[in-house]
Amino acid sequence: MEQILLKGLDGGNWRLADYLKRDGYAALKKMFADKMTPEQVIDELKKSALRGRGGAGFPTGLKWSFMPKNYEGDKYLVCNSDEGEPGTFKDRDILYHNPHQLIEGMIIAAYAMGIKAGYNYIHGEIFEVYERFEEALEEARAAGFLGDNILGTDFSFQLHSHMGYGAYICGEETALLESIEGKKGQPRFKPPFPASFGLYGKPTTINNTETFASVPWIILNGGEKYLELGRPNNGGTKIFSVSGHVERPGNYEVPLGTPFAKLLEMAGGMRGGHKLKACIPGGSSMPVLTGDVMMDLDMDYDSIAKAGSYLGSGAVIIMDETVCMVKALQRLSYFYYEESCGQCTPCREGTGWLYRVVDRIENGMGRNEDLDLLLNMTDNIQGRTICALGDAAAMPVRSFVRNFRDEFQYHIDHKHCLVSS
Amino acid sequence: MFEIEIDGKTLSVPPGSTVMEAANRLGIYVPHFCYHRKLSIAANCRMCLVEVEKAPKPLPACATPVANGMKVKTHSDAAASAQKAVMEFLLINHPLDCPICDQGGECQLQDLSVGYGGVESRYGEDKRVVPNKNLGSLISTDMTRCIHCTRCVRFGQEIAGVMELGMAGRGEHSEIMPFVSKTVDSELSGNVIDLCPVGALTSKPFRYSARGWELSNRRSVSPHCSLGSNLTVQVKNGKVMRVLPLDNEEINECWLSDKDRFSYEGLNSSDRLEKPMIKQGGEWREVEWTVALDYVARGLKDIARSHGAQGIGALASPHSTLEELHLLQKLARGLGSENIDFRLRRSDFRAFPKAPWLGMKIADLSILDRVLVIGSMLNQDQPLIANRMRQSAKKGVEVNVVNPTSDNFRIKLANQAVVPVAEMAAALEAILAGLSGKGKGEAKAIAQSLKSGKNVGIFLGNIAEQHQDASRLHRLASQIAEKCEGKLGFLGEAANSVGGHLVKAVPASNGLNAREMIEDPRKGYLLWNCEPELDMMNPAAALAAMDKAEMVVAFSPFRHRAHEYADVLLPISPFTETSGTFVNTEGRVQSFKGAVAPRGESRPGWKVLRVLGNLLELEGFDYEDTESVMQEIGIAGYAQCDNSIDAEPDALPAAGGLQRIGHAPIYFADGLARRSESLQATRLSAAPAAFMNAKLLKKLGIEEGNPVLVKQGEGEARLNAALDDRLADDCVFVASGHPQTSALGALFGAISVERL
Amino acid sequence: MLSAESKKKIDREVAKYPADWKQSAVMAALRIAQDEKGWLAPETIEFVADYLGMEAIAVYEVATFYNMYNLEPVGKYKLTLCTNLPCALSGANDVAAYLKEKLGIGFNETTPDGKITLKEGECFGSCGYAPVFLINNRKMCGSLTFAEVDRILAELE
Ligand SMILES: Cc1cc2nc3c(=O)[nH]c(=O)nc-3n(C[C@H](O)[C@H](O)[C@H](O)COP(=O)(O)O)c2cc1C
Ligand code: SF4
Ligand code: FES
Repeated sequence: MEQILLKGLDGGNWRLADYLKRDGYAALKKMFADKMTPEQVIDELKKSALRGRGGAGFPTGLKWSFMPKNYEGDKYLVCNSDEGEPGTFKDRDILYHNPHQLIEGMIIAAYAMGIKAGYNYIHGEIFEVYERFEEALEEARAAGFLGDNILGTDFSFQLHSHMGYGAYICGEETALLESIEGKKGQPRFKPPFPASFGLYGKPTTINNTETFASVPWIILNGGEKYLELGRPNNGGTKIFSVSGHVERPGNYEVPLGTPFAKLLEMAGGMRGGHKLKACIPGGSSMPVLTGDVMMDLDMDYDSIAKAGSYLGSGAVIIMDETVCMVKALQRLSYFYYEESCGQCTPCREGTGWLYRVVDRIENGMGRNEDLDLLLNMTDNIQGRTICALGDAAAMPVRSFVRNFRDEFQYHIDHKHCLVSS
Repeated sequence: MFEIEIDGKTLSVPPGSTVMEAANRLGIYVPHFCYHRKLSIAANCRMCLVEVEKAPKPLPACATPVANGMKVKTHSDAAASAQKAVMEFLLINHPLDCPICDQGGECQLQDLSVGYGGVESRYGEDKRVVPNKNLGSLISTDMTRCIHCTRCVRFGQEIAGVMELGMAGRGEHSEIMPFVSKTVDSELSGNVIDLCPVGALTSKPFRYSARGWELSNRRSVSPHCSLGSNLTVQVKNGKVMRVLPLDNEEINECWLSDKDRFSYEGLNSSDRLEKPMIKQGGEWREVEWTVALDYVARGLKDIARSHGAQGIGALASPHSTLEELHLLQKLARGLGSENIDFRLRRSDFRAFPKAPWLGMKIADLSILDRVLVIGSMLNQDQPLIANRMRQSAKKGVEVNVVNPTSDNFRIKLANQAVVPVAEMAAALEAILAGLSGKGKGEAKAIAQSLKSGKNVGIFLGNIAEQHQDASRLHRLASQIAEKCEGKLGFLGEAANSVGGHLVKAVPASNGLNAREMIEDPRKGYLLWNCEPELDMMNPAAALAAMDKAEMVVAFSPFRHRAHEYADVLLPISPFTETSGTFVNTEGRVQSFKGAVAPRGESRPGWKVLRVLGNLLELEGFDYEDTESVMQEIGIAGYAQCDNSIDAEPDALPAAGGLQRIGHAPIYFADGLARRSESLQATRLSAAPAAFMNAKLLKKLGIEEGNPVLVKQGEGEARLNAALDDRLADDCVFVASGHPQTSALGALFGAISVERL
Repeated sequence: MLSAESKKKIDREVAKYPADWKQSAVMAALRIAQDEKGWLAPETIEFVADYLGMEAIAVYEVATFYNMYNLEPVGKYKLTLCTNLPCALSGANDVAAYLKEKLGIGFNETTPDGKITLKEGECFGSCGYAPVFLINNRKMCGSLTFAEVDRILAELE
């Protein structure tokens, strides 16, 4: 199985010298040697059908083409490494084990959009990763890959890292921009979109770490090759972060479209031979699916969407039959309640209310009307807020209650748990 | 233009408008909390969700730009259910304590919850309780009621230019607060009370004193700065309970300075003079008006007889009404004295403007693309003009300043020349030179900025007007304006700084001006609404002159130090208890009626002067009302003003040594503000100190906080030294308008400081 | 107020951003200040505000929004344990109970000797290494077993 992001990484070989041995910066050199125009770069991206790996799955080539072309003044490129979606831990490994591939991808992106400065926003809790990335940046600068007149061309690009400090919401792209501007990470209302009003009010493109890191391979091997790795409209490989009740939790890079059963097998199967009860296939914000549905699923954007959930960030949270779904939801609801930025009324007030009701049910104080109340509340939050955190808080509640309603009802009726009873 | 349809009605709107703006133009009300036409769009309350055809989810009207052919429904089932859902979320943690809330009856949340709220709450969990914050003497908090609309935060950032409040914390734990124990009292902070759509921020002085519906509203005009802000004065049982802004886009917009908002407290202060009083044999005695006025008439006649009418001088506050100023000058002149003046803080009379005004409409400030402000503490002296310039600067207008202190007015200035107060004329000369291509440094940069403009405004502020070299500053400023084909304007100190000129409350060439009346003391003084030791250009000299006079008649709404030197105290009504007129800095004539009956035995000034004129058997003092006085004055609408200067005043001899900046801080500037307890408790009312920059402190061997003796000629004051590194070299800022500095001399001029 | 070394570090962060966007360095400046002082006292926040030309309340907003800043003094070692769902599935709650019992404190408490403060964290983006905790916002320790916890605690001075 072809791997393009994690191939040959052993934990120690992250430095520039190692990367060069893996054909590192070859794409950048090729781009300059072939005198590729920015349009050609973007065309390759479009052909590759690479879709954003940050969660929304937006086609990357298309996004890049939104940047104003003959714009006087600064434009910015921003990498979203604020990975904090429960279940997701892929960007961290890319940064830690293969930082130069991200740097190379960002340089190519900057060239394609005529951008001279960029930032990589790194999740606050992974300080060691941040320090290593800073070192990698130094290496790239010293070697002439980054900075003024890259590889002797007249293209210059400055890249810095910016560290978050504990706010999940900064993963939302406009909150992230606010955060770089030295403010609270409160998402902005869109429109205007970052491509016209982004960082410091300037046109800005934001992509996920994995998205950028996929770019060098696409430029080196061509967009069509990349597309062929996966499925139509679902080009390339994807890292799935598998966590929870498997034998070997970890990151698995597989072609899009790989059957879930295969992925589960790669992760060593269910821990202790337990049974798959439920799985969140795309990070905690996405709807949970039952084990049966999962076992028939292929891991790509379209198949998962058809099954009623989303591929999201590719975080696969595995739960076996010992898990109490009420308790699991209680913890997730607490997360969104804690992490709401607080500006929109439905999210600020609604996430707390959701959590309190679920918490009440978990603690044996549920009322009969609670399940309908929860579902109605999610209707009143979803689609009514500035950013998608409102949706992210609503979707788990809705899917947990819908897919495991009996278990919730049992909690309410018997004032205790179905699983541990 | 885009064609759009809202609730079945069509209209065309310019691209870039929002659905909310379009709806407003159709007169369609979309419920909202966070949206405010003067603030940036936050779109956080989500109350304004509306249905937009083809949009998969409801969109906030306040933030959604119109698109051609858009069809919007603001009251459809989908819209209404979204709005109701938001209302439910807003109310779950709201205390619903309307019966004890000051906002009750004038609360947006209360009003909207009637239309959009559910009957019964589905929320059965514990409600959030948020600790209150101490914001200082002006604003009370009940933070549990806050709905996080962030209007107050945006107001500070965007309008006041200083972020006094922030929203700390995150999510449900977010709280509006100042930093640690900082107070909220910029010159404009009270506006957050109006902006707060619930009862989280309310007026502290007004707290628990009345309910909205018990108050009657009276229109009025601010008696303070020269802007002439329009007011709603709210009264209950014959007492002024609260003052709110009256929207006037052309003047104060929807804002009010704190001075305009809170100084009404002075109206109700225990300092009010309620009965005429006469001093006889060293004892003060309350008397009837007839007795008092008889006494005054006789006294004035005596002085005229024994010393000539020129022995009488009349000094009036520029905060007096037009009618009062007119009648006072008519009375003085009727007595045969040409000694009348209202320019109390002015010191340079070598040449003076004929009727100094802004030189343009207030609203036209926004047309300027280059501005030069000369000698002004703009935020304090003209809080709302400062705001207009702040908004302009944000749009790229270049604001330049020449000042003896580097106060940036909380505006992103283009250039600022900070020069010792004695060198301001030299700085203007340098700018003039710069306009002819010479010069260097800041002056040149300012010149370049002005030269590159199409609509240039040059403005002289209080410091420039009260400066020893005011005439020359005026002359130079007008030359600068001419050179860059701009307009010259005076920001104007007080409510009637323009009006006093129009009614000739200034001496002709055979009379004495305010300064001369003090330096060459008169036998008798008529003090109109002023406290010479606080309101005049040389307090010590003014006091000495009062002490020496044979008769001082103080017409005043307040008891004051005149107790010591006056012979007669006559209670006249403040602006809320009389009708009258102010002419603001754009020359706009604004008349108002009394809001309540005069307190005690006090009487409207124009009536007092009418009776006195009659007692003195002067011609033409038979007025029925202020309208008939205005008819005689003969100005209406916009008055003819004139900033021209024909004289060419010589350069003053170079001033060596330390120079005083004796600006009157915002709440020391007039009698009413001085008596507002809440304003006096703010940061801006801190006791006077001798402020110097670090260099000067060092030169004098003084440390911050050291007690010092400040001297001007005979006068002295004991103050503490304080550091203010914004001050230019060799300048000592010692506030005027305060009892602690009223033994000092001229507001601008030589001063010495020694360590005690 | 802050050491020359900290100021130098802040200056290096400031240099990453456009000249009129010093404010962008506020998160880093607060982190550096916290590293030096242990927590963000009001004076420290004011110092950072002045240093970057910001309003103190604007800095305070930032300090209270991101939850890795300590607005109160903490022990010499702050242990933040992730208890989010993926970690919980892999035993984070057991580790939490073990830590609480061993240290004799609950979440948001500090041992009486002022050595260790225990905090509950949200997802670190490291769920594959669960359970995980973070020491003083810097060092991440993963795949925690009780024995591993014992070993790490023993190493803390
Ligand atoms: C609440 C919230 C959290 C998010 N967190 C992340 C994140 O941690 N990493 C990320 O790349 N994208 C995250 N996103 C998605 C970003 O907003 C954005 O879509 C993405 O960075 C775009 O990059 P891509 O097109 O390469 O996916 C989040 C979105 C929301 C609403
Ligand atoms: S949905 Fe929640 S997190 Fe997103 S902007 Fe609104 S309040 Fe903030
Ligand atoms: S008024 Fe539109 S969201 Fe508040």
